[in-house]
Amino acid sequence: MAASFPASTHTGPTSPGAGCSSSCSERLMSWTGLVLACLGVCLGLTLAVDRSNFKTCEESSFCKRQRNIQPGLSPYRALLDSLQLGPDALTVHLINEVTKVLLVLELQGLQKNMTRIRIDELEPRRPRYRVPDVLVADPPTARLSVSGRDDNSVELTVAEGPYKIILTARPFRLDLLEDRSLLLSVNARGLLGFEHQRAPRVSFSDKVSLTLGSIWDKIKNIFSRQESKDPAEGDGAQPEETPGDGDKASVRGAWLEHGWLGGWSGKAHRKPELRLAVREGTAKTGGKERAVCDGQGLLSASQPEETPGKTERDEPGAWEETFKTHSDSKPYGPTSVGLDFSLPGMEHVYGIPEHADSLRLKVTEGGEPYRLYNLDVFQYELYNPMALYGSVPVLLAHSPHRDLGIFWLNAAETWVDISSNTAGKTLFGKMLDYLQGSGETPQTDVRWMSESGIIDVFLLLGPSVSDVFRQYASLTGTQALPPLFSLGYHQSRWNYRDEADVLAVNQGFDDYNLPCDVIWLDIEHADGKRYFTWDPSRFPQPLTMLEKLASKKRKLVAIVDPHIKVDSGYRVHEELQSQGLYVKTRDGSDYEGWCWPGAAGYPDFTNPRMRAWWANMFNFDDYKGSAPNLYVWNDMNEPSVFNGPEVTMLKDAQHYGGWEHRDVHNIYGFYVHMATADGLVQRSGGVERPFVLSRAFFAGSQRYGAVWTGDNTADWDHLKISIPMCLSLGLVGLSFCGADVGGFFKNPEPELLVRWYQMGAYQPFFRAHAHLDTGRREPWLLPSQYHDMIRDALGQRYALLPFWYTLFYQAHREGFPVMRPLWVHYPQDVSTFSIDDQFLLGDSLLVHPVSDAGAHGVQVYLPGQGEVWYDVQSYQKHHGPQTLYLPVTLSSIPVFQRGGTIVPRWMRVRRASDCMKDDPITLFVALSPQGTAEGELFLDDGHTFNYQTRHEFLLRRFSFSGNALVSSSADPKGHFETPVWIERVVIMGAGKPAAVVLQTKGSPESRLSFQHDPETSVLIVRKPGVNVASDWSIHLR
Amino acid sequence: MFLLVLLLPACWAVEVRRPRGVSLTNHHFYDESKPFTCLDGSVTIPFDQVNDDYCDCKDGSDEPGTAACPNGSFHCTNTGYKPLYISSRWVNDGVCDCCDGTDEYNSGVVCENTCREKGRKERETLQQMAEVTREGFRLKKILIEDWKKAREEKQQQLTELQTRKKSLEDQVEVLRTAKEEAEKPEKEAKEQHQKLWEEQQAASKAQREQELAASAFQELDDNLDGVVSAVELQTHPELDTDGDGVLSEGEAQTLLGGDSQMDPTSFHDRVWAAIRDKYRSEVLPTTPPAPSVPDLTEPKEEQPPEPSQPTEEEEEEEEGEGETEEEEEEEEEDFQVQGEQPKEAPPPLAPPQPASPTEDKMPPYDEQTQALIDAAQEARNKFEEAERSLRDMEEAIRNLEQEISFDFGPSGEFAYLYKQCYELTTNEYVYRLCPFKHVSQQPKLGGGSPTNLGTWGSWAGPEHDKFSSMKYEQGTGCWQGPNRSTTVRLLCGKETMVTSTTEPSRCEYLMELMTPAACQEPPPEPPADGDHDEL
Repeated sequence: MAASFPASTHTGPTSPGAGCSSSCSERLMSWTGLVLACLGVCLGLTLAVDRSNFKTCEESSFCKRQRNIQPGLSPYRALLDSLQLGPDALTVHLINEVTKVLLVLELQGLQKNMTRIRIDELEPRRPRYRVPDVLVADPPTARLSVSGRDDNSVELTVAEGPYKIILTARPFRLDLLEDRSLLLSVNARGLLGFEHQRAPRVSFSDKVSLTLGSIWDKIKNIFSRQESKDPAEGDGAQPEETPGDGDKASVRGAWLEHGWLGGWSGKAHRKPELRLAVREGTAKTGGKERAVCDGQGLLSASQPEETPGKTERDEPGAWEETFKTHSDSKPYGPTSVGLDFSLPGMEHVYGIPEHADSLRLKVTEGGEPYRLYNLDVFQYELYNPMALYGSVPVLLAHSPHRDLGIFWLNAAETWVDISSNTAGKTLFGKMLDYLQGSGETPQTDVRWMSESGIIDVFLLLGPSVSDVFRQYASLTGTQALPPLFSLGYHQSRWNYRDEADVLAVNQGFDDYNLPCDVIWLDIEHADGKRYFTWDPSRFPQPLTMLEKLASKKRKLVAIVDPHIKVDSGYRVHEELQSQGLYVKTRDGSDYEGWCWPGAAGYPDFTNPRMRAWWANMFNFDDYKGSAPNLYVWNDMNEPSVFNGPEVTMLKDAQHYGGWEHRDVHNIYGFYVHMATADGLVQRSGGVERPFVLSRAFFAGSQRYGAVWTGDNTADWDHLKISIPMCLSLGLVGLSFCGADVGGFFKNPEPELLVRWYQMGAYQPFFRAHAHLDTGRREPWLLPSQYHDMIRDALGQRYALLPFWYTLFYQAHREGFPVMRPLWVHYPQDVSTFSIDDQFLLGDSLLVHPVSDAGAHGVQVYLPGQGEVWYDVQSYQKHHGPQTLYLPVTLSSIPVFQRGGTIVPRWMRVRRASDCMKDDPITLFVALSPQGTAEGELFLDDGHTFNYQTRHEFLLRRFSFSGNALVSSSADPKGHFETPVWIERVVIMGAGKPAAVVLQTKGSPESRLSFQHDPETSVLIVRKPGVNVASDWSIHLR
Repeated sequence: MFLLVLLLPACWAVEVRRPRGVSLTNHHFYDESKPFTCLDGSVTIPFDQVNDDYCDCKDGSDEPGTAACPNGSFHCTNTGYKPLYISSRWVNDGVCDCCDGTDEYNSGVVCENTCREKGRKERETLQQMAEVTREGFRLKKILIEDWKKAREEKQQQLTELQTRKKSLEDQVEVLRTAKEEAEKPEKEAKEQHQKLWEEQQAASKAQREQELAASAFQELDDNLDGVVSAVELQTHPELDTDGDGVLSEGEAQTLLGGDSQMDPTSFHDRVWAAIRDKYRSEVLPTTPPAPSVPDLTEPKEEQPPEPSQPTEEEEEEEEGEGETEEEEEEEEEDFQVQGEQPKEAPPPLAPPQPASPTEDKMPPYDEQTQALIDAAQEARNKFEEAERSLRDMEEAIRNLEQEISFDFGPSGEFAYLYKQCYELTTNEYVYRLCPFKHVSQQPKLGGGSPTNLGTWGSWAGPEHDKFSSMKYEQGTGCWQGPNRSTTVRLLCGKETMVTSTTEPSRCEYLMELMTPAACQEPPPEPPADGDHDEL
C-alpha cells in the first residue's frame, strides 16, 4: 500500500537522457528542427528515452486521484431494492454514500464461463463512451438466477456455469465462487472510484486562461497554506476548493461539492474515527489488513501535517491539466473510473501489453503502475512499466490450479496497479509460512484506473489457460490468417533509396541464394511524405518495379501513415478537409499537428465514413502505382504528433460523435489498422487476404494483421526483450508479432545481427529493419564468414513454413497463441512461470535463442515429467524436466522438438515462399516415450479467403501409434486440390524395422525404402510419394 | 569467355542424350545402363533414382534436373546464349531462370526461349564493349604517350627551371645589391630635403608669430601712439593672471615686465610669448575648444558583431571555434581603429581652424633628389619582381616535382585527369570530382556551399587491380557518423565522364568515372571470318 502515499515526494525518474529535448527546445524554434536535432543529440549521447516527456502517475491527475484512494471501506453501497433481473442481465443501483450519486451496475453471465460487469452513472450529464467495434458480436449471455438472499447480499447462479456470484450490498463488492473456493473478488479493497460528471464550476480555474496554469497553482498554494495555518476554522464559508475540516457533515459536504474524492485519503487520515473504519473495512478482505495498517502507520508517522495541503493541490488537474507546455481544457471535468480485483491463490499475472518488460508482471507498489496509453516513445528503455505504442487491457492470472483473465474494455488512458501479499517475501520466507501453517493464501490484487468511459469488464473464468484463450477470442476475435508470404522473411530499411536500390536488393537475395518474400519502403518513398504517392524522381515507375518483384514471386510493402500533409495540392488532404473527416480541435476547426510531412491533419478513423473513404483509397485506381503485390504498413498511428503532449494528440481534440480524444485514444490505431486491412480486401473484390503491419494496437487488433515492437535498438538487451514482448502480445490474442531484426537504432555488430536473425527466424513476424542513419546491413554486406549462418537461419524459417502456417491457422481457428510461454503447456510446473528467455511454438517446438554476446553455451529448461525432447539439429534425445547446458557456436539455434509431436517441413528452401507452396512435405515425427506422436498440417492456396468462403483447404492430421503413421482429415469440410506430396518421413526415437510399408486406399501395399541410424534412433522413410490430401498409412514392421 | 563462346557452336551440331540438368561435360557420369554412383562416391543407387525428385546423394548429384537436393545445380544449355549452372532451388519454382526455359518444365509456368534474343543483345553489348575497349585502349595508349612526353617535357621543364632558378637567385642577389646601393643616395637626398623643409617651416613659423604679435600690438595700441601701455593691456581681461577675471594694472604692469608701456619690438620679444596663448583677438572669433576625443569603446559596442565566417571544416569544430574567437579579437582591434577616425575628421560644424603650419605641404623634391628616388624605386621594383619570379618558380618546381612523382597508374595513363574536374548533376545535387584532389556535392537549387565528400586518399582497388578505384577520405563530418568518404570506381570508356553517384551506406559515396585510362588491352581481334551467329 505504500505505493500511493499521497504525500510522497515526486518520484519522477531521471534518466541520462533527461533534458535532452528541453535543451534543444531552447535553441530551436521549429518543431521539425527540434525533432531532428533531438533525434540526433539523443541518438549520439544517451540512447535513452527522455522520460520527462512522458507522464508519471503523479503527473496524470486522474491516476493520482485514483491512486490516492486507499484500500478500505468503500463508500459505495448496492441498493438491493433496485435489483432487476432480466433475461440477459441483472441491474442494480450503486450509491456513493458520501455524494449520494447513483451508479448503475449491469451484471451479465456470459456463455463459456465469463461474466461481464458494466458500471455507469445512472443519470449521466452526458453519455459516457462505450468502446464500439472491438467485440466481434454481443456476447451470448447465460441466464442469471437468484439462488440465495439475505439482508446484505444476493447470491446469483449462472446457467451453464459452475460458478456463483455473491453481490454484497454494503460495502459494495462482488465475489465469484466456484464450489466453495473464491475465484475472484471485485471491489474487495474498496477501490471503486467513479468520478461522476458535474456542472463546470465557476471557479478560478475557469477564469484563469489556459496558459496561466502555474499562476493557478500559486493561488492554490496560497489557499492551502492559509488552510493549513488554521485548519480548525474551516467551515462551509470557505471557498469550494478548500473544504472544511470540521465535523463529519462538512466532510460529506466536501464530497458533494467536489464530487468525489476531493480527499478521501486526506480526510481519512485526519479523522481518527474514519481511519478506524478503514481498518475494519479492510479486515474483512483478509490478507490485506496488515499491509493497510502498516502503510497508514508509516504515513501518519512520517508526514502528519502535509496531507491536507496535498489534497488541495490535487484539485487543479480535475478541471484542467497542464503537462509541460500542453494544456488539456477538460471541458467535462473529471470523469475517471477505477476498480480493484482480488485474485486469491494467484501469484503470477501476465499480459496488459505493451511494455518493454519481463513476461511475468511485477508488483507496482512503491513504483509506477503499468501504463496503457499508445505512445510513440523515442528510444524506449527496457524493464519498466512505461506505456508504449499499443495497449491491450487484458490481464491473465495463472496458478497451478487455475487460470483467469480480466478484460478491461476501456480505450482511454489506463493505469494498472498490481500488488501481491507474497511479493516481498523470499522463497525461504514462503517456505517458513508453509511449514508453520501460518501463511496467508497468496493473493494478487489488480487495480485498473481509466480516465474516462465506463467500467466495462469481462471476467474470463477459465478454468484452464486454453479456456481463457478461447473465451477472449470469442469476445474480440482471433488472429487473421496471414497470407503465406507474410510468414516469410521481410527485408526493410528506412529507406531503400529508389527503384534501382530496391531491385538491387531484390537481386542480392538471388545472388547470395537467400530467401526473401518482401521488400519494404519507408516514408521516403512517397512524394514529400504524401502517402499514397511516389517520389517522382526516385520511384518514377513503381508498377514496373512491382512487376519485377512479382516476377521473382516477391512483394513490396509501402508505408501509409495516418498523418496527412496539409497541402492544398494533395488530393488526400483536399478531400478529407472538404468532407470534414479530420479530427477537430476543441473549437471545431481541423486539428493540425506536426509529423513527418510538417503540418499534418489526422483523419478521424473513429468515423465509419472516414474508414470507408480510406479503404477506398487502396483501390488500384486511387492508389496510383500500387499493384496486387503491394501491401501496407501503418506506422505512427498511436497517433504520433511530434508537437503534441507526450508526442500524441491533445486529449480535448474532437472526434466523430462528439467524443473527445481522451475517450478514444487507445483505439485510434486499431481503427487505422482496420480501415487499411479493409481497403486491401476491398481492392481485390473481397478475394485476397490482406497484410497490414501496425505499430499501435488495441484489443481486437489481431483481426487486422501483424504488429511489431516498434523502434528498438541494436543491443543485446533489446534482442532479449523481444521474447517477453511478443509472448505477452500472444497471450492477449496478438500472435503475429515481431521485433525489428538487427535493432532499429544503432548499428549491430555482426554477432548481434546473426543472433537476431536466429531469433527472428523463430518469432512470428520476421522482418529486418533499420534506421535511416544506420549503415546498410543486408545479409551479404556482412563479412562472408557470417553468410552461411544467416542463410541457415533463413533456411530454417522457410523449411518450417508449413508448420508456421498451420500454427497460424490454429491461432485463427481457436485463438491460441502461436508463440507461447512454457507455463501455458506446463501449468503445474512452477519453474516455468517466469521463464522468458525461451518459448514454445505451438506445443511442438521449444526454442531458446542465444541472446548473449560471446556465448559458449545456454541453459535450456526442458519441461515435462516423463517427456522427451529431440534436438532438431543433432536428433539427440533429452529427458524432461531438466536444465540442459547446451554448448553453442555462433551458428547454433537451440531448438527442440517435443516427443509426441509431428512437424511438417518444406525441405526445398527457395527464393520466396510462393515458390515453395507446391513443394513436397517432409514429416518430422518425434516419438514420445510411449511411441506416439500427433501433428496437423493446414494447406490452402496461401492468399485468398477461399478457405473460408469455399472451404478450399486441407487440414490433415498425422498420428503415430502402434508403429503406424496415419494420415487422415482433421476437418472433412475442407477440400483442396494440390500437387503437394509426402517426400519423406523422419521418425525420431524409432527402432530399426524389418520393413516399411505404405498403404493407401485402392492401391496395393507397397514397400518403402528407408535408412535407420542406430546411434540417433532416427528412421528416414524414403519417398512415400503420396498426395498430401489423400488418406494413407505407413507401417513399420 | 570469348573462347568458350567460340567453341560451343561446333559441339551442338550433335544432340547428346543425357539426364535433365546435366552438362555435356558431365554426361558420361550418367550411364543409363549402370547403377549411378554419386559424384562424391558416397552412395551407389539404381539409375532410376536419378532425377526421380528425391535426393539420395549428399552432394546432390543424383538430382541434376530436379529441385530435390538443396545443394544441387541444374545445367541450362541455353542454345544461342551462354550455358549456365543455376541452383537446384530455382528449378520449377515458377521463375524462368534459364533463357531456354528448361528449368521450368513442371511448374505450370511457360517460359519463352529468349536465348537467341539474349545472345544477340549480348553479342551487341560485347561488340560494343569490345569496340569501346579497343577504342579506349587506343586512347589509353595515346594518353600514356602523352604523359610520357608531358612528363619528359615536365622533367625538362623542371631541370630548366631548376637551372633558371639558380641564375634567378643570383639575379635576385644582384638586384638586391643594386637596390640597396640606389637607396643610399636616395635616403641622403631625402633627408637633406627634409631638413631644408623643416628649417623653412621654422622660419615661417617665427615670421607668423611676429606678424601675430604685431597685429596684437596694433590692436592693443588703442591710441595708436606706437606703444602699448598697461592701461591698454587692461582692455583684455582674459590676460588675467591671478584668476579673478580682471586684469589689474599691477598685473598688466607685471606682464609688461614692470614697464608701464612697451614698443612693438619689446612687445614681441618680451611679452608676446607670455600672453599669446591667452590673448583673444578682437577681430577673430574665439577659438572653440578642441573637439573632445570620442569615446573609443562606444562604437565597438554598438556595432553589431560581424557574422563570423562560416567554418568550412565542420569536422574540426573545436578548432573552428578557436579560429572564430581569434577573428573576433582581430575585428575588435579593427573597430578601435575605426573609432579613432573621428579625431582626424573634425566635426563638420566646427569653424575653420586658423591656418596651421602642418597644412603646408612639403614642396616637391628637387630634380636631383627626385632622380635619385626614381632610380632607387626602379631598383626596388626590379628586385621585387625578380624575387616574385623566384617564388613563382619555386612553386612551379614544387608542383612539377609533385606531378612527376605522382602515381598516375602503371604507365601514367591517369595523369591527364590531374588538374581536371568532372561534374554530374542529379535531381538534387551537382557532384564534382576533381581527380587526385577532392570530391564535392552541392545542392542543385538554392545554392548552398559544397559539401566535401572526401579529399584524395589513395588508389583503392584490390591488390591485383589497384588502379580500378580511388578512395577519397576525410570529407565533411557526418552528423553522428563518420567523415564522408567516396570511392570512385573507374570504368573503361571512350570518354571521360562521371556516370553515376550513389550513397550505398550512410556518408559513404560511390562514384563511377568512365575513362579510357581504365581500359584493359582487348583480346586480339577475332578473325574476320568467324562464325558470329551463335555465342
